Amino acid sequence: MKILAIEASGPVAGCAVLEDGLLIADYNIQYKKKHAQSLVPMMDEVKRMLELDLETVDAIAVAKGPGSFTGLRIGAATAKGAALAMDRPIIPVPTVDSIAYNLYASDSLICPLMDARRQQVYTGIYEWTRSGEGPEGLRFSTVRPQCVIPVSEIAEDLNARGRSVVFLGDGVPVSREALKGLMKVPYAFAPAHLDRQRAAAVAALAWAYYREKGDACMVSADEFRLEYLRLAQAEQEHSERRSFSLLLDK
Amino acid sequence: MSDLKKDITILAIESSCDETAASVVVNGRQVLSNVISSQIDIHTLYGGVVPEIASRKHTERVTQVIRQALQEADRKLEDMDAIAVTYGPGLVGPLLIGVSAAKGLSFATGIPLIGVHHIEGHISANYIAEPSLEPPFACLVVSGGHTHLVLVRDYGEYEILGRTQDDAAGEAFDKVAREIGLGYPGGPKIDRASREGDPHAIVFPRGKVAGSRYDFSFSGMKSAVLNYLNTSRMKGISVNVPDVAASFQQAVVDVLVSHAGDAIDQYGLKKFALAGGVAANTALRTGMKEMCGEKGAEFFCPPPILCTDNAAMIGSAAYFEYVKGNFSGLDLNAVPGLRLGQR
Repeated sequence: MKILAIEASGPVAGCAVLEDGLLIADYNIQYKKKHAQSLVPMMDEVKRMLELDLETVDAIAVAKGPGSFTGLRIGAATAKGAALAMDRPIIPVPTVDSIAYNLYASDSLICPLMDARRQQVYTGIYEWTRSGEGPEGLRFSTVRPQCVIPVSEIAEDLNARGRSVVFLGDGVPVSREALKGLMKVPYAFAPAHLDRQRAAAVAALAWAYYREKGDACMVSADEFRLEYLRLAQAEQEHSERRSFSLLLDK
Repeated sequence: MSDLKKDITILAIESSCDETAASVVVNGRQVLSNVISSQIDIHTLYGGVVPEIASRKHTERVTQVIRQALQEADRKLEDMDAIAVTYGPGLVGPLLIGVSAAKGLSFATGIPLIGVHHIEGHISANYIAEPSLEPPFACLVVSGGHTHLVLVRDYGEYEILGRTQDDAAGEAFDKVAREIGLGYPGGPKIDRASREGDPHAIVFPRGKVAGSRYDFSFSGMKSAVLNYLNTSRMKGISVNVPDVAASFQQAVVDVLVSHAGDAIDQYGLKKFALAGGVAANTALRTGMKEMCGEKGAEFFCPPPILCTDNAAMIGSAAYFEYVKGNFSGLDLNAVPGLRLGQR
């Protein structure tokens, strides 16, 4: 099973190739935000370096959101075009889950924070749990699925759980000061090599899905949908106007 | 060009505004398929194109549309000699979807990529509609986003004689249509309403741009309509919507036709072409045809399906780039303000 992974949901543009659980390429750039120019040339370089025959790739994994709307779409449209040409399926990977997956076997709760602007973060809560002695007994699980909320709300949730927390993601720098005042449980920040979106994490999580669910984790290029977690602003205003006028009608 | 041994088949993608489109075109003139997935129903809700919503819809539909274009053409992706895509001008979010999908296709197949200028596409629609048409000729490109009077010296060689200084012609149609209660999209609605109205009922000013013979200005005409509506409202005079529509349309058409006529005279042109979404306007087609007839110039205008945003025109323009060996790298980016002739 060979997976080509694409990540462009935030400040990082990346691609990775995972072959039967072995990471054979992982190329990430966090430099300005020019995914439109960097992503495909990076994929092409990986292809050249690995002498990769795309015929041998079984699926394309891609961050399905949330994240920067434009970044997500650059990743999605690129993945869809490549998947169509290669006649291969897509494995969608929730962005916040894949960021959390950077941290392994942590005893603390894992809480990615992506800057969602407008005083909010894309976030979620994850943990590693044990159900048996062997390596198979350690499982990555979702405590609170990815969502978009104010940082105070996720802090409140974490405080109520009474466990230590590791924060990571591009939302950390903008939330660091606020967290100082908000957090009542022990917390820490992930180091540089673990704290951002990373194509390898998308690939590895897609591989975990495949081992667990088989082909059920895949969709066709046509079926693949992004999860923005937010309406377009015009849709938001439109639905607010509608509910307001419905209110007036009553 | 004739010494090329085999047919050149191009898959083209267009997503610069609110149509997701793909097409397969042979030798820049023969259209094997022309698939257009319009989002107009969604944007009508908002009274105009919402870029974020358009971008989302493009992302959902782009592979279906490409797949359908290949199917209808009865061709496989590996039969393609190039993958062409509009990379500007237009809305950056929507443009990026076509560009990214095209790059994904090109990356995965090794088929070369050609970035195409949207306006070059509109002009090239004439090569499809009239296979014998060759440069030089002048072309008026009028749409919701563009108003350009262009001298086409050779394939891919353009000189812009004039452009709008404010609103595009189609944009002015949209705004006026909204004000007189006809709704979106304004172009076709004003066209239809005008048939019941008197084009000489109200005299709106014919916008001129000082010191520039070929530039356009439509915001003054639009304001004149708004003033007329306000004044009528204040005086309690009921407004005859078809008359307003017809009179406004006549003012726009008069300016477009007179600029085009001046260009034909100054450059001694034998051929004149229309292009762009507003080229579907009945009064404009009639006015241009008459003027060209009087001046002894041959008049060209693509059928409406090639006037609206479509990918066949992109495939046509790309062919002439292919012949010259102009290809794009995998770092091709969307350029929302791309200028004609810029590469």
